[in-house]
Amino acid sequence: MDWGALHTILGGVNKHSTSIGKIWLTVLFIFRIMILVVAAERVWGDEQHDFVCNTLQPGCKNVCYDHFFPISHIRLWALQLIFVSTPALLVAMHVAYRRHEKKRQFRKGDQKCEYKDIEEIRRQRFRIEGSLWWTYTSSIFFRLVFEAVFMYAFYFMYDGFRMPRLMKCNAWPCPNTVDCFVSRPTEKTVFTIFMIAVSSICILLNVAELCYLLTKFFLRKSKKAGNNKHHSNHENKEETKQNEMNELISDSCQNTVIGFTS
Amino acid sequence: MNWAGLYTVLSGVNRHSTAIGRIWLSVIFIFRIMVLVVAAESVWGDEKAAFTCNTQQPGCNSVCYDHFFPISHIRLWALQLILVTTPALLVAMHVAYQQHQEKKLLVLTGHADPKHMEEVKKHKMRISGSLWWTYVCSVVFRLLFEAVFMYIFYMLYPGYQMMRLVKCEAYPCPNTVDCFISRPTEKTIFTVFMLVTSSICIVLNMAELVYLVVRACARRGQHNSNPSSGKGSFYGHKLSSEYKQNEINQLLTEQDGSLKDMLRRNPGLQEKGDRCSAC
Repeated sequence: MDWGALHTILGGVNKHSTSIGKIWLTVLFIFRIMILVVAAERVWGDEQHDFVCNTLQPGCKNVCYDHFFPISHIRLWALQLIFVSTPALLVAMHVAYRRHEKKRQFRKGDQKCEYKDIEEIRRQRFRIEGSLWWTYTSSIFFRLVFEAVFMYAFYFMYDGFRMPRLMKCNAWPCPNTVDCFVSRPTEKTVFTIFMIAVSSICILLNVAELCYLLTKFFLRKSKKAGNNKHHSNHENKEETKQNEMNELISDSCQNTVIGFTS
Repeated sequence: MNWAGLYTVLSGVNRHSTAIGRIWLSVIFIFRIMVLVVAAESVWGDEKAAFTCNTQQPGCNSVCYDHFFPISHIRLWALQLILVTTPALLVAMHVAYQQHQEKKLLVLTGHADPKHMEEVKKHKMRISGSLWWTYVCSVVFRLLFEAVFMYIFYMLYPGYQMMRLVKCEAYPCPNTVDCFISRPTEKTIFTVFMLVTSSICIVLNMAELVYLVVRACARRGQHNSNPSSGKGSFYGHKLSSEYKQNEINQLLTEQDGSLKDMLRRNPGLQEKGDRCSAC
């Protein structure tokens, strides 16, 4: 089980996400997971081996390293990425449950079931409404919470996002205050800032997605309230369908032409 | 998620690119990413371990290495390649959005059978209209990122040459200390190679930009000399509710349409389209 497997699992959820959700997933995989695997892991690869203290006292280096780096940046980021991507599995589970119910209805030969075969149920993309809306919104909320918690944990543990070149350590068994030097501090600072920046972008995307879902929900509610007041007859439905088509066509979609030349 | 994963994501975009765009993508993957993974990473692999300073002072080595190599070439190239290839995803997203709109339209007009849905997924989008703007923006961003990274490289490592010996006097080094870099000539060769391929990619991007602009102007010139869209009676239709529909129809006939091409290939579908309620 590695990042590739996570990519496979989450790729399936992508189908039922909003557009902002798909952008978020792309940003997560390309700018965070890929950077972590391809670049950051090499930078932190020799972090303990090349952590050098100005003393010959055995054990001093280990103790000082442990004191200044209770948990490595790389491991924190890996945990953060796992926690942040797994709420999407709530949505996947809900979709799977709905599909299972529809398949059960289909097999029973229910007249209400509008699907022609099992394959269609498997392929179908569910709209984000009803209980799925609540699951989806909760998953975004959890993502936001996890991102914020990890960013705070980072800031708290490493006192800001900068990696100093020199640290002074006087933990036992170091004889007195000893200079310890961190390997590649500038490169580490650059990558820390990069990951924090991308994390902030992901937080913004999640907030935007939350706002979008809430707006859609309230609009749908007001539309339903509006429709209940008027008589809905067949002509009204035809007009709505025609309007939707016209909107689709005129909506900067120049490549979607059906030969309507009169 | 690694370079192979990025390749999978980007090869899908390839279908909707211009010919120059495909050449550019091949140059990126073969001459830059592959060279980085297969060769450059092993050249720079021991950069810190083999960086030796003429002192026994603990910490002097680390500090001098950090002073002369704030960010390693390999990481800069990795960042550059990732940032340069991702604008293509803007195009992929736009194409996916247009395909989604086409499918919706097919469903609304009652042509939602699997054969037509598959055709929507498979056919190549023409780079016109809003897709043209998205494509041009992605090429501009690529150019920008390439230029920015080349500048950063030049700032960090003036002259693009790797020295054999550097002199360092940062604390805790006791005085000016000689430090020796591992494989400087090999690193210089690879730096120059990556620089040359980066320049080739910049040239390809500029050529693609020029090609797109020239094509757009040529298409516009062709359209201006053939205004055959049949506006119909202006005053007669202006007040009627069909005016808006005709305007939309005109918009559709004025633009090159991929669904139009699709209909040309499937005459049966066009007949049904003529009878539908939007006509």
